[in-house]
Amino acid sequence: MAVSTTHAPITYATRVDKVGPRYQITRALRIIVVLLYAVISLIPVFWMVTAAFKSRPDVVAIPPKVFFTPTIEGFISLLTKRVLLPPAMVEEYKQRDDLNFAERIMAERGQRITGPSQYGQRLVNSVIIASASTVLSVLLGVLAAYAFSRFNVPGKGDLLFFILSTRMLPPVVVTIPIFLMYQQLRLYDTHLGLILLYTVFNLSFAVWLLKGFIDEIPREYEEAALVDGYSRLQAFRKVVLPQAITGIAATFVFCLIFAWNEYAFALMLTSERARTAPPSIPTVLGTGGIEWSAIAAGTLGFLIPVIIVTFALRDYLLRGVTFGALRK
Amino acid sequence: MATVELSHITKKFGSVVALNDVSFTVKDGEFFVLLGQTGAGKTTTLRVIAGLEKQNAGDVFFDGVPVNDATPAERDTAFVFQYYSLYPTMSVYDNLAFPLRAPGRNLSEAEIKQRVHEAAERVRITHLLQRSTRNLSGGEMQRVAIGRALVRRPRIFLMDEPLSNLDAKLREALRIELNRLQREAHSTTLFVTHDQIEAMTLADRVGVLRDGVLVQVGTPREIYDFPATTFVAKLVGVPRINLYDAVRTDGKIRVPDSTIELAAPPHAALPESFTLGFRPEDVQIGPDGDLTGQISLLEPLGVETIVHIRSGRHSLLSTVSGIADFSIGSEVRYRIVRERLHFFDRKTGHRLSLN
Amino acid sequence: MADIELKQVEKRFGEHYAVRPLDLFIKNGEFVALLGPSGCGKTTTLRMIAGLETVSGGRIILNGQDVTWLKPSQRDVAMVFQFFALYPHLTAWENIAFPLQAEGESRENIKRRVKEVAELLRIEPLLKSRPGALSSGDQQRVALARALVRRPSCFLMDEPLGALDADFRETMRSEIKRLHILQNATTVYVTHDQIEAMAMADRIVVMSQGVVQQVGTPAEVYHTPSNLFVAQFIGSPGMNLVKGTWADNVVALPGGNRYAPPDGWPAALHRGLSGSGVIVGFRPEAVQIHPNGQLAAGVYSVDLHGSYTMLVLEMGDDHSIHARVSRDAHFTVGETIRFDLNPSMVRFFDPKTERAIAHSA
Repeated sequence: MAVSTTHAPITYATRVDKVGPRYQITRALRIIVVLLYAVISLIPVFWMVTAAFKSRPDVVAIPPKVFFTPTIEGFISLLTKRVLLPPAMVEEYKQRDDLNFAERIMAERGQRITGPSQYGQRLVNSVIIASASTVLSVLLGVLAAYAFSRFNVPGKGDLLFFILSTRMLPPVVVTIPIFLMYQQLRLYDTHLGLILLYTVFNLSFAVWLLKGFIDEIPREYEEAALVDGYSRLQAFRKVVLPQAITGIAATFVFCLIFAWNEYAFALMLTSERARTAPPSIPTVLGTGGIEWSAIAAGTLGFLIPVIIVTFALRDYLLRGVTFGALRK
Repeated sequence: MATVELSHITKKFGSVVALNDVSFTVKDGEFFVLLGQTGAGKTTTLRVIAGLEKQNAGDVFFDGVPVNDATPAERDTAFVFQYYSLYPTMSVYDNLAFPLRAPGRNLSEAEIKQRVHEAAERVRITHLLQRSTRNLSGGEMQRVAIGRALVRRPRIFLMDEPLSNLDAKLREALRIELNRLQREAHSTTLFVTHDQIEAMTLADRVGVLRDGVLVQVGTPREIYDFPATTFVAKLVGVPRINLYDAVRTDGKIRVPDSTIELAAPPHAALPESFTLGFRPEDVQIGPDGDLTGQISLLEPLGVETIVHIRSGRHSLLSTVSGIADFSIGSEVRYRIVRERLHFFDRKTGHRLSLN
Repeated sequence: MADIELKQVEKRFGEHYAVRPLDLFIKNGEFVALLGPSGCGKTTTLRMIAGLETVSGGRIILNGQDVTWLKPSQRDVAMVFQFFALYPHLTAWENIAFPLQAEGESRENIKRRVKEVAELLRIEPLLKSRPGALSSGDQQRVALARALVRRPSCFLMDEPLGALDADFRETMRSEIKRLHILQNATTVYVTHDQIEAMAMADRIVVMSQGVVQQVGTPAEVYHTPSNLFVAQFIGSPGMNLVKGTWADNVVALPGGNRYAPPDGWPAALHRGLSGSGVIVGFRPEAVQIHPNGQLAAGVYSVDLHGSYTMLVLEMGDDHSIHARVSRDAHFTVGETIRFDLNPSMVRFFDPKTERAIAHSA
């Protein structure tokens, strides 16, 4: 067998005191504990996914049903507005042959679909507001972070502390003043209003995180570009940005998750037009009682976009949270 | 190509004086090496010339024209850095093309391609052009970095310890190649290093910096044979020069606490006490030696052996060619070549001129 | 004091060998250097001796006792690392005393032993300072003191001079050697710097890609390298290696040169070579410039190194060789010079096996 020199450097090692039987036992124990923790923390998610596919009687059954016939009732309730048919008309309604797939399912429950619900619109609002504010925070953040990292900004330390201090206040404390301000400025229940707010909240976080990443990119790169005939801004765009991409991706995801999940301000500062998904999901009220499966379905639908984004950026994220540890 | 002149340059960082009234001229086509230890101000000098740092006082001239207010781009220098000189997100080709694509240069892609290939050939990296810079070895990376400097055809090459991150064998190979490249292109080059071998072998002239002050400027031979201060004497030469406090009495030079005793140079204005220096190769071990000592340590390096000779409370170094066959603790006779003694002022460390 | 024996010791990571099975006997009081480029397995070998890494096979015997599966603390070895690994919040004295305190030594004993070792290393004035206030050379002295104070049966050193400035390195090199002569403790010293290995070691173990290439005294590895790797790795620059063809008792070399091997070699070459290809090896100092020399080459560069001049010569295209000559000799780039090789310093290698041809005396 040829020994190749291109092998990755061996960075791990087995210690002598890590081969005895006692070590093997503690190792097994550790794995069990971790697995247990994973199971416990995944139970709510499992609960939610199953609930989304349960029928109305199944979802409230006691003891809870683990095996059940899956149905998409919950999703239909989530996406539609319905009326309860008088019991006498149910049979006749069921016999109609112009019913589509969804209408047929709901007819079994004695309901007639009258139109689409607002869930879709709310989800779109969430997408618009979260992505716009995230893009803005990262864009402003990376420029500010670059300046803080590279230039002798007067009062740099104080400024950085000031930026961080905006995170020290529990945001809920300022909801009322902001609510009043927004009414005056006609930002209440507008997309712009929430976008601005989330950007302001995320910016401090973005600046701090990105500054860490940019500090790690050696200045020599830009200086080489400066000597080569580029301007500062061009050097930033062509040399710094590509190398900060890991940090930018990590920051992007963190900001996105905050803006996506934010509940309190969305509840206070929106009512109809700009309402996002988080405050609207728990209010999916059906005809007669809480529609648990619809709520579960709504939450599931709400989770999926973040999961996709996080998954797509997972390589950057992993490298991002370990900071410089894996970079040269 | 161009001449570079630094005139009374002073650079401070806060209260720290990095460069203190530094003046020197690099002639057109000259290979000038700045030698000094970490923190001596070598890199700062390069950065001031490149325009990456602004001096507090003094002027920089290119071809006699002051460039104090010119931006780095306008100065048209090429800078080879010690670390990180390549853009990790670009291929080797794009790295080489990067300076040519700078705005204001307005070169066509065809022209860029031609110049990149020319430069790549000169530093022998044509086979690497399509590779990502991430997978290059240290030597290859530094070749690419030098190639990137060549491709621009700048007025002045500024090199900041480009070889110091390479292992010994590679450093040696690249050093010879760099020397050849510079001689062929006859380019004005300012090269910074802390490695005296690099300075000795590459330079037309060497400038020795210490704590922001230029201590000596001269050819490698001048620096080695006539070091201006004890600092310079210690900085060049491996193994290090022997330096002792010595006194002159009755026409003899004596090193207190040792048996070293030499005839004083005849018509010399030597003070009564001074610092005596002699290089290890000028301590010659042999049966006809007039001095004696005890061998305390042997370091066989192959081509030569460093012999530590104990004399009283002092230990002096001698080099013997080949792998010397002495035993530790034995007595040896040796002589010190009288023509090659160095005398320094004991207080200031400055060389004493004896004529 | 102790001797160390490695029997078929190996280290594997899956399919990849970090160290191939290796046998080595280190005598009591010997100074052995493990030398090789990074990734050659020298540090892994040292760490296996220390017990910081398990062996994948083989046995380690320390002073007659099988320690293969003992913990580092049970092996009575002291290790010095490249990065001094001093505790920054403790003074030099406390750092040195630390291992003794861990062993539960009495106060007076600790004081006495720290004082002894500080005298030995000439660091008494530094004992009250914290590591942050010390120069890198002094920090490494304190680290050495901490290793010494335990009086272990052997010292394991992992590039202890690697992080020092060049001029400290030279001083510390002779200091470690002086200590070794004084204490005569078995020492295993890992380095990638052949100068260090040559200058310090009684014997050198040259490794490459997990395989021991040669074990020998500095003179042996320098003058009779067992293969091309050792020839190139030892020496600065390494041995000149020129490819040629062996026919009619003459080696045809690049640039039209013809070289008649010195006495005793023709027979050895007839017997030893696997084909007609041969590599002639000689050290830069073996070049003897002579107007009637049998070899010729062009001067590529002339480098003054202070006490001597190193010529780079070009023998045919792309075959550069180094020649060490007096600093007073004068050469110009481009001129052709003639030279001979010191007959006792010429070596031959088989290009296929890369191994040295044994001389038949």
